[in-house]
Amino acid sequence: MSDAEHTPAIHDMGGLSRFRCSPVERDEAPPDAFGKRVDALRQILAAKKLMTVDELRRGIESIPEPEYFALGYYERWMTSICTLMLEKGIVSAEELR
Amino acid sequence: MSAPARPESLARLEKLLAALKARGIVTEEELAEMQARTDRASPEIGARMVARAWLDPDWHRMMVANGTEAAERMGVSMAGAPPLGVLEDRPGLHHLVVCTLCSCYPRAVLGYPPGWYKSFEYRSRAVRDPRGVLAEWGTVLPEGTKIRVVDSTADYRWMVLPLRPAGTEGWSEDQLAAIVTRDALVGVALPQGPVAAAAE
Repeated sequence: MSDAEHTPAIHDMGGLSRFRCSPVERDEAPPDAFGKRVDALRQILAAKKLMTVDELRRGIESIPEPEYFALGYYERWMTSICTLMLEKGIVSAEELR
Repeated sequence: MSAPARPESLARLEKLLAALKARGIVTEEELAEMQARTDRASPEIGARMVARAWLDPDWHRMMVANGTEAAERMGVSMAGAPPLGVLEDRPGLHHLVVCTLCSCYPRAVLGYPPGWYKSFEYRSRAVRDPRGVLAEWGTVLPEGTKIRVVDSTADYRWMVLPLRPAGTEGWSEDQLAAIVTRDALVGVALPQGPVAAAAE
């Protein structure tokens, strides 16, 4: 594949021209209650060997671009965790509906 | 500012948790305990590691060689966490840490990553225009200073060991730790000595 044909996946943002001229918004807020809950859940599921960081990343990276940008940070995490728990048959689609 | 999670996301999380609880996989107590443990990590740990490195050559050597061990010696449990690397600034060389792919951050010694570290702008621009990013923090490096931008990953986390500012000779560990901010540990800012502080 030549460089011209190479399109990085959306999470691969290093040097992306789309944000070249946008200042960094100095968001200092700690995670909200939702974020902290998702964060704690991820750590618990990892400690119980039900998912790994690499699986979390694969789940986030496979979110389609429009959704990737529309979702908040911990919403992307939660989306990935739901995908993984469904794939592994740990929870059912009905339960998450 | 990052938008709050949407109501449907809040609802979906509770459905997921209910399903996991029904199978005995998680409990509300475990969630509360894990959150409390995560909340305890803060940049004060990283700042203390740096202050010690400025005062104690043996600690400095050990920390640069093995950040994970340095963190463990601070009482931080690194079990299950990726290795921690320490990037030592030198005259003429400055380090900046980013995770271009997501938000990998040495959480054990710095706490939750701030929102801006996870932002699309920081992730994309830190590698392309690091001096422009530093300028937004008001950080200007001495002329001729090279910048090494280091990508933190899921497998290896980085923190910066900045240069000790002039005018801090004779300072105690507490005094030194107080000027090592989280931003200095990421590399977007420099620790400010007394001269710079007075000039502000």
